[in-house]
Amino acid sequence: MIIKILGSGCANCVALERVTREAVSALGVDAEFEKVTDYGAIASYGVMRTPGLVVDEAVVLAGRVPTANQVRELLAPLVG
Amino acid sequence: MSVAERLRARTPVRRWVGLGVATVVWFALYEVNLPIWDWAVYRVVGLDPASQLGSGVHFFFYDSIKIILLLVGIIFAVTVLRSFMSVERTRALLGGKREGVGNVMAAGLGVVTPFCSCSAVPAFIGFVAAGVPLGVTLSFLIASPLVNEVAIALLFGMFGIGPTALYIGAGLVIAVVAGFTLGRLKLERWVEPFVFETRLGGQVIDSTVGLTWDDRIQMGVEEVATILRKIWPYLLVGIGLGAVIHGWAPADFFTRYAGAGNPFAVLIAVGIGIPLYSNAAGIMPLVQALHDKGLPMGTLLAFMMAVVALSLPEMILLRRVLKPPLIATFIAVTGLGIIAVGYLFNAILPS
Repeated sequence: MIIKILGSGCANCVALERVTREAVSALGVDAEFEKVTDYGAIASYGVMRTPGLVVDEAVVLAGRVPTANQVRELLAPLVG
Repeated sequence: MSVAERLRARTPVRRWVGLGVATVVWFALYEVNLPIWDWAVYRVVGLDPASQLGSGVHFFFYDSIKIILLLVGIIFAVTVLRSFMSVERTRALLGGKREGVGNVMAAGLGVVTPFCSCSAVPAFIGFVAAGVPLGVTLSFLIASPLVNEVAIALLFGMFGIGPTALYIGAGLVIAVVAGFTLGRLKLERWVEPFVFETRLGGQVIDSTVGLTWDDRIQMGVEEVATILRKIWPYLLVGIGLGAVIHGWAPADFFTRYAGAGNPFAVLIAVGIGIPLYSNAAGIMPLVQALHDKGLPMGTLLAFMMAVVALSLPEMILLRRVLKPPLIATFIAVTGLGIIAVGYLFNAILPS
């Protein structure tokens, strides 16, 4: 799966990427990470509060930093 | 098991009991705060209440605890209430509204919508690209930092309901009038073109749908922790400076230069406040100390509004979507509104 972290490099985005990487390795899936920092691109996903989490082009979370376990719950149904 | 999981697994009954106990503890701490520091600073340590050191040290400890308690209480309550709103819902409410009505709604929604100025740029693009008029969007962006829960909590704790209500009313009026004026000026050509070209894709995730009370309380607790972690350095510096002014500054030092006798005081206060970046938590202890030294309320509120509503870092962020002439106009119109409010308060409030 392709995971995109939306956000302009703020502390929240770094935290989101960290917990997402944790969740991904806990699930044992193959994921490619990509950072989206361009505001136009962020807005075109419909996200108005950063950070945002996009999995395979679908926004799954925006506006807050979840825990690694919450991300795992979000990602689990999307795997395979 | 993580903390979040353990909290989630708890039954709602225990969550409510926990909330009840926390409320009782909060009120108890608030009540004993003054007697405890009276006792500790003046009796145990033996400092003289009339001395500069005594009153400065007492001010520092008593004020720190009081401010932290107020912040915890109000941030929690506001976050739980705001969990019923979202930026997405606000945008839907503002879509298709005419200017005027739209400005009034945007200012009001700016107060109740959970929003951090770090998201100002994506929200700006999201609003404008969805067809919300520029002036209405700016009303939202002015009201949101100006009338915020931290400012309200601190004003209420230090000056009571009167000045707090005035501040909220004035903040809303500034946001409405400044946004409306900016909308009338037809400044769209100074918005970066890509904003209008952005196509909004994807389905919109409204993060507030399907929250339980348990989730909302959890969000309140997390928000208190997040905000306190973010603002404590400002708070400490602010209270420290406040304590120094409180204990050591000569009584007539500030009134001589910035008192009611100086007709330019508000102008100067706003001029100093605009580039300054702090938040209400850092400014309020200073405001209180300066008020104790006899500075008029209007000057102080104008200073505080200038600090929280306009700042250099926020303007640098907004530069991504707004061209310099629009940013300058934005600062000028909002600044003028704040200056007008300062003079108005000075004229009607007894100092």
